[in-house]
Amino acid sequence: MTAAAAPTSVPEVRTRGFARRNPTLVLGIVLLVLIVLVALAAPWLAPAPGDAGTATHPFNVLDGPSSAHPFGTDLVGRDLLTRVMYGARISLRLVVEVLLIAGLIGIPLGLIAGYFRGRVDQVIMRITDVFLAFPALLLSLAIAFVLTPSVQNMTIAIAVTWWPWYTRLVRGEAASIATRPYIESCRVLGVSHARILARHILPNSITPVLVQMSMDAGGILLTAASISFLGLGAQDPTPEWGLIVSQGAQYFATQWWFVTFAGLAILFTAIAFNLIGDGIREMLDPRRVVSR
Amino acid sequence: MIRYAAERLGLGVLVVVGVVVLTFLIARVIPGDPAVTYAGPRASKAQLEQVRKQLGLERPVIVQLGNYLKGIATGDWDTSYRTKRPVLSDLRTALPASVELVTAGLILALLVGLPLGLISARFHGRLPDVLVRIASVIGVSMPVFWAALILQLVFAQKLGWLPAAGEYDPNLYYTSPLTSYIQMPTVDALITGNLAVLKSSISHLILPAAVVALYPAGLLARMVRASVLDTLGESHIRMTRSLGFGDRAIYGRWALRPAMNPVIQVTALVFAYSLANTFLVEAVFDWPGLGSYAANSLQALDTPAIVGVTLIVAIVYVVLNLLVDIAQAAIDPRIRLR
Amino acid sequence: MLEVRDLGVWFGDRQVVAVDALDLDKSQTLGIVGETGSGKSMTAYAIAGLAPGMGARVEGSVKLDGQELIGLSDGALRDIRGRRIAMIFQAPISSLNPVFRVGDVFLRALRLHGASKADARERAAEAMRSVALSPDLLHRYPHQLSGGQAQRVAIAMAVALRADVLIADEPTSALDVTVQAEILDVLEKLRAEESLAMLFISHDLAVVSGICDTVAIMYDGEVVERGPVSETLHHPSHPYTRELLAAVPKLTTPEATDA
Repeated sequence: MTAAAAPTSVPEVRTRGFARRNPTLVLGIVLLVLIVLVALAAPWLAPAPGDAGTATHPFNVLDGPSSAHPFGTDLVGRDLLTRVMYGARISLRLVVEVLLIAGLIGIPLGLIAGYFRGRVDQVIMRITDVFLAFPALLLSLAIAFVLTPSVQNMTIAIAVTWWPWYTRLVRGEAASIATRPYIESCRVLGVSHARILARHILPNSITPVLVQMSMDAGGILLTAASISFLGLGAQDPTPEWGLIVSQGAQYFATQWWFVTFAGLAILFTAIAFNLIGDGIREMLDPRRVVSR
Repeated sequence: MIRYAAERLGLGVLVVVGVVVLTFLIARVIPGDPAVTYAGPRASKAQLEQVRKQLGLERPVIVQLGNYLKGIATGDWDTSYRTKRPVLSDLRTALPASVELVTAGLILALLVGLPLGLISARFHGRLPDVLVRIASVIGVSMPVFWAALILQLVFAQKLGWLPAAGEYDPNLYYTSPLTSYIQMPTVDALITGNLAVLKSSISHLILPAAVVALYPAGLLARMVRASVLDTLGESHIRMTRSLGFGDRAIYGRWALRPAMNPVIQVTALVFAYSLANTFLVEAVFDWPGLGSYAANSLQALDTPAIVGVTLIVAIVYVVLNLLVDIAQAAIDPRIRLR
Repeated sequence: MLEVRDLGVWFGDRQVVAVDALDLDKSQTLGIVGETGSGKSMTAYAIAGLAPGMGARVEGSVKLDGQELIGLSDGALRDIRGRRIAMIFQAPISSLNPVFRVGDVFLRALRLHGASKADARERAAEAMRSVALSPDLLHRYPHQLSGGQAQRVAIAMAVALRADVLIADEPTSALDVTVQAEILDVLEKLRAEESLAMLFISHDLAVVSGICDTVAIMYDGEVVERGPVSETLHHPSHPYTRELLAAVPKLTTPEATDA
């Protein structure tokens, strides 16, 4: 055979030079860690924790960036640095919750569809198709609207639009694993379906889903910010980034700071998530060849 | 080929019906009284009753759904509670506006993304690749509404190069009225030779289209890069090189076409995605398209309109997927004969 | 005609080929035999000028009719590839671009090297006939051809381009035994008719003994033995060659398959 560089199929996590070989992943992780630290430390680091809630300071309305207020203040005088920092807590928590809920719905459905095949499979997949045909944003908006806008309901709405992707992914994997001979032998031995699903099918089908989740995190964040921007998500005084941008939109021409920092926060967090997603995908690509 | 297309069409219809049913049910669950929307806040109780009977809100949901489905098939998409016009005619003005915007955005995205992806693949691992990848990550991570605001601020207000909102200069309604054929100002102006409107509508199109193009361009650049790199690793490229073809031929033809498969799929998905997401861009740039119509309908609890919008988007989505499947089969002969 | 001296190929720090000398004359067939990883294919790619495109570094001398190929400019190399040195590969169907009709590649390659449209079509048709294929097959897509047909198309391309040297990298390894024989026949015919010089890479001693005049045995990137086929395979001097011969199943020992 030709002597091409050997592809790394098993990621060598512990070897030195990991950073050099996976720069995207490392960069993404570093960024995300920074954001998480900011979010965790917000109650102590933020200049005015009360401003993340209902406090108002009528004398400081729409002040520009200064040493007291590095990000300026908003339309009721609240410190924007504080609000942006607290916003990190909200966004991070939301992304995690959406992924969890979507996973809890989607993965079992996919496992069942792929393992049992037949009628069950058809029904589940048709339902999945219908949900997939729905533009995610539209459906999220509709649901968020029905459920009265709030961060919690927005989380549920987004999760409900997101699960079909995971079902489809898992079903594919589960279906191919279910036909393998060793599963047959399990059944012959009298192992119950539930046990087979849990001990054999699930662990082997889950990797693509986890990879997909890492890639979805960015999209979920942007969707949430968009919904809040349109007024159907977080409501005042919740310091959600999308909401802050929508509040600042009308003042943009003269009070540029209102919109800018919150928007940058969204941008950088989304970049962090996307870099991690890309990095993981690159790392697991079995055809990774380091040539010219 | 015909068989393949017919099969896909059948499946598509099924999905669309499912979407309609789902939307209808959701819409009925929305709290709030559609009768109030229709009749206005000052209607008396008796009037509301009358409206309710008129709109058929008394009958069981299943019956309403049945009637609605029947209506759809025959071209009657019910009347909007808000605008009092048939939903279908509302959509007939709103949809083309969004399509115009998204198409312009996608063309821009292709013009930018495709070459960047090729450059990225050609120089992979080196500086041009790194730069393109940074740009595409930013493109995909950018919050659309924020980008829209910034572009509007910089180019429209501060620099004054481009207009801030609308489809084209309203003054032209009088000085150079436009006869509409397909409700797309740019195309109509082109067809009727109305230069003033053409210029105005193109300049109005640039900013919103650029915002729409951000995400697809970033995505396309990455997809093209990955797909081309994959193709380059295949043995037929080695054969092509051994015949004496150089980089230009390889990147321009021999590696490009086989790599297009996934790219086409992504483009169609992105089109549907962008169509649904025009909400945000339309909101900022005051674009009278589907997104604005949907937002207004949602706020007014205008069920027929909501269902109509969802239906049209689902149909577009299905049609697009169908076109993609057909295009793929046309480009890659292996798919046809499967 | 083809002179290789001190050829070295590296992937990063790892040297995969260290060939001291190889010679090939017109109408001659040189077999390069070795196991997987011996560097035989890489040697072929280096000679054909494809190695840098795979990320490898090449040093040494490869002379075609006295002209040095290593270090030649890209443009000059591209002229040589196809026109003077042609290659055919293992797994013939995968070696053809799946989304183009076979004729597309064929004709464009001919026109790349200077033929006119009409000229190209003629030469292609003629070449196809010389490998016992109907020119109509040019309208097909690769997956519509059999392995044997696809390989013959590849050979036809080399013929049409009027290459002086044909490098065949395991051309029959992916084919059925009966089809193998057909391909080998075609190659033999070409050697006779076109005075083709051929570099035949294979791990199959039986095939090599049938079609090659001289043979070079490679192990771990180096040529460990070389010489005329009959001598080397009947009276091997290097221990590795003896091992190779011993590993061949009895039914196809060189004595049983005198071409």
